[in-house]
Amino acid sequence: MTPEPVALITGTRKGIGKYLAEHYVKRGFHTEGCSREPVDWSLDRYTHHCTDVADESGVRAMLDSIRERHGRLDVLINNAGIASMNHCLLTPLATAERIFRTNAIGPFLLIRESAKVMKRRNYGRIVNLGTVATPLKLEGESMYAASKAAVESMTRILARELAPFGITVNLVGPTPIQTDLIRGVPQQKIQAIIDQLAVKRLGRFEDVSNAIDFFIRPESDYITGQVLYLGGA
Amino acid sequence: MHANAVPDAERVLELVIQSTRAVLEQRGATLPDTIGRDTALFGQNGLLDSIGIVTLMVDIEQNVFDRFHASIQLADDRAMSQRSSPFRSVGALTDFILSLLNGGA
Ligand SMILES: NC(=O)c1ccc[n+]([C@@H]2O[C@H](COP(=O)([O-])OP(=O)(O)OC[C@H]3O[C@@H](n4cnc5c(N)ncnc54)[C@H](OP(=O)(O)O)[C@@H]3O)[C@@H](O)[C@H]2O)c1
Repeated sequence: MTPEPVALITGTRKGIGKYLAEHYVKRGFHTEGCSREPVDWSLDRYTHHCTDVADESGVRAMLDSIRERHGRLDVLINNAGIASMNHCLLTPLATAERIFRTNAIGPFLLIRESAKVMKRRNYGRIVNLGTVATPLKLEGESMYAASKAAVESMTRILARELAPFGITVNLVGPTPIQTDLIRGVPQQKIQAIIDQLAVKRLGRFEDVSNAIDFFIRPESDYITGQVLYLGGA
Repeated sequence: MHANAVPDAERVLELVIQSTRAVLEQRGATLPDTIGRDTALFGQNGLLDSIGIVTLMVDIEQNVFDRFHASIQLADDRAMSQRSSPFRSVGALTDFILSLLNGGA
């Protein structure tokens, strides 16, 4: 068994996921990550999988590989996600389905298969990514916010189902952060969101990792089923 | 699934019994004198509670992978139904695993 802790982060090719991969490698984790496309960067003690989070057999193969190589999994961060900004009357079914498959079904599959590995050592820390679009009821983001609301509900219930196995499940909900995800959102829309926050600025990668660091500490074994929105949303 | 050769019923039964014993021991439950095809796994006279069943299923998936190099998935909507659950008894579970190893459910 690998002596150091092992973390799996989804959606590591770019954006928040890439930053989290670097952050947890630095913090001494053997880090595994995935995205649909290959990565154009590399890190020591980082292994990439070209896996779509909504592909059941791909997710199973990835977790089989982690179990075979490391014999353990300590942390899962469900970061992979897609968004689409549109009025509901103009949203195609295919878009709605794609958002739910990636943002809700993906985390479900990842949690199910990861918990099977975590359970062996009766220890696990799972953190899901939500969004302030859910509590702020942002117009134009109905399917995106709803898919993340599904993850929020899963977080609360799976915290209970997985507690007997020493696994905690929590959610961090970031505010807008400059990544490709929000590149298409007009500046005044972003400003309108910031105006609704208690702390009126864009989010930073460090804001996200700071909250995740707290949830995944071994000492946080009594903190589960919690939803933490950043910026005072 | 990617099995080399499908293991015979005896070896699968043995794996189910060993895995059941391991879960009972792990959970500090009293072991019955014998465990065989007719042993009920859950329900009124069953050996395991719901967490025990979940633990057993996950352990069996991993033991099948380690021993037979086959990746099966035991998740089933009928899991908690007493009458038709493929997990109701050691025999039913053995047959269910064999059917999955043979490529169907
Ligand atoms: N940026 C923000 O303002 C913001 C705010 C709140 C919440 N969030 C949440 O934070 C998370 C990360 O967002 P981000 O801003 O970093 O987005 P991003 O820059 O667009 O990156 C998304 C990442 O997810 C991967 N991905 C997408 N679909 C996938 C799939 N089906 N399977 C596997 N990987 C997939 C992408 O790689 P591939 O394309 O190669 O698959 C990419 O690495 C998301 O869950 C998002 O909802 C972001």
